[in-house]
Amino acid sequence: MKYSSQSVALPYFIAAIGLFVGQIIFGLAMGLQYVVGDFLFPEIPFNVARMVHTNLLIVWLLFGFMGAAYFLIPEETETELYSPKLALLMFWVFLIAGAATILGYLLVPYSTLAEMTGNNILATMGREFLEQPLLTKIGIVIVALAFLFNISMTMLKGRKTVISIVLLLGLWGLAVFFLFSFYNPGNLVKDKFYWWWVVHLWVEGVWELIMAAMLAFVLIKVTGVDREVIEKWLYVIITLALVTGLIGTGHHYFWIGTPQYWQWWGSIFSALEPIPFFAMTVFAFNMVNRRRREHPNKAAVLWALGTGVMAFLGAGVWGFLHTLAPVNFYTHGSQITAAHGHMAFYGAYVLVVLTIISYAMPLLRGRAANSERSQVCEMWAFWLMTISMVFITLFLTAAGILQVWLQRVSDTPMPFMQVQDQIALFYWMRLWAGVVFSIGLVTYLVSFFVKGESKPLITA
Amino acid sequence: MSGTFTKAMARNIFYGGTVFFFLLLVALTFDTMSGLPKSDNRANLTPSVLAGKHIWETRNCIGCHTLLGEGAYFAPELGNVYPRRGPEFIKAWIKSQPTGAPGRRQMPQFNLTEQELDDLVAFLKYTSEINTQKWPPNIEG
Repeated sequence: MKYSSQSVALPYFIAAIGLFVGQIIFGLAMGLQYVVGDFLFPEIPFNVARMVHTNLLIVWLLFGFMGAAYFLIPEETETELYSPKLALLMFWVFLIAGAATILGYLLVPYSTLAEMTGNNILATMGREFLEQPLLTKIGIVIVALAFLFNISMTMLKGRKTVISIVLLLGLWGLAVFFLFSFYNPGNLVKDKFYWWWVVHLWVEGVWELIMAAMLAFVLIKVTGVDREVIEKWLYVIITLALVTGLIGTGHHYFWIGTPQYWQWWGSIFSALEPIPFFAMTVFAFNMVNRRRREHPNKAAVLWALGTGVMAFLGAGVWGFLHTLAPVNFYTHGSQITAAHGHMAFYGAYVLVVLTIISYAMPLLRGRAANSERSQVCEMWAFWLMTISMVFITLFLTAAGILQVWLQRVSDTPMPFMQVQDQIALFYWMRLWAGVVFSIGLVTYLVSFFVKGESKPLITA
Repeated sequence: MSGTFTKAMARNIFYGGTVFFFLLLVALTFDTMSGLPKSDNRANLTPSVLAGKHIWETRNCIGCHTLLGEGAYFAPELGNVYPRRGPEFIKAWIKSQPTGAPGRRQMPQFNLTEQELDDLVAFLKYTSEINTQKWPPNIEG
């Protein structure tokens, strides 16, 4: 750690990991509800568990992004953070608001929560991933603005690198596109159309800038490759991401009441969306192969390479699998979508946050790298979580293919619930893969407490 | 990447490409908005439909069901439930939840009034009449 204000990243990373654990617990509960339908009913119905599962994911990734920004911006700009106090204050505001929201989901009926929190003044709730009460949404905007103010002010007084500019662009984009979550017209088609301006333009747009910047930062640090080379790659990757991803939004506009021409725009541009992810994979391997130093933090290198590969598989390959309109006509809203969602989020965003945590955490704890034993434990966690996520995805894909066949392709289509019974075997296998994933997560937590001789920090 | 392709060139392509394709998205959005009246069934957006959408949202129906293929995949697609089941079945179904059948997926009891049920049905009827380019492939959703 070169700048003392970087230490504000530490609580952000700890909170991220804590909420990650919560996300997985609810994920397991839902996996069981898929096969034992009345599990936890009526205390925690599926819809509540799902809100908690997906909202925790979003919130912990945001904690990860913010922690990453607080860690890497001072180092990139070569100056202390504008206001570490504001960063810590916002940490607590965000954590308390997040926890209160989750408790609200769990303890109060959703319609009561909506009434209590001003949803009748401005109705924004009850839409997938944007289920947060109005007050929480406003809170998110306030935290985001304070965070962006802090980061932008830091950048203004320091060195302006490509990595920090790209990261900041991504973070500003994140905040700006979130504003569409306040727009909820009665016209369902318009509602859905602009809902994607948050969801798609986040995960297949501005978040990719954040991700690429974080990955580039870690790769510079662990490989020692010349910044000029890495920054050129960074520009190429984010160009490909936005050129394909912006119009790629169209792959969500096939069947929601929008004009037919979106089937062409969406199919063509989203078929190109794997390219930036492929470039990211090539980039990560290329930089590691050309490394000029052997960084003692081997685990961080593994997470970085894993991000490249898994983001390409999950977002790129599994996205392409069902993105062409004639295919999507059959797969839309099936378990194929769920399969893609799981691996894409894990491969791109979970792994990139765990990459930066893996790199930064030892430094924040005053050493260049963790002990050999601790790193071995961390690498076990990587493999357990990654391989089980591959299996979760494969099982859901198998379930999805069968579902699509029985319900939509066959000459004698079966009703939804009858199909669900037919494919229960794959849900069971997905659940077991989920159990292995959670073992991997526990292994990950343990790695932070494994002692041993660590590499001392040499400040050079 | 060869030496002739400089970082400044990469940067310019990024900003130029991003601005161009974002403006293209905005242009397509304007065109879509002007074409929507033909496909989005707005003529039938009655106060009852709007009230029904509010019920749909505040009961978090999307947390289990899909609507026009978007949402959770735990329970049936409801974009075409109106032609599939008809209004009376839908209301009777909602009123009779949860079934309590052991081991089966359960839907909560929302204690909706008759008016609220009618609004919800109106919303589902309106939704089923949106031009979705013939999606879903068949009545099972």
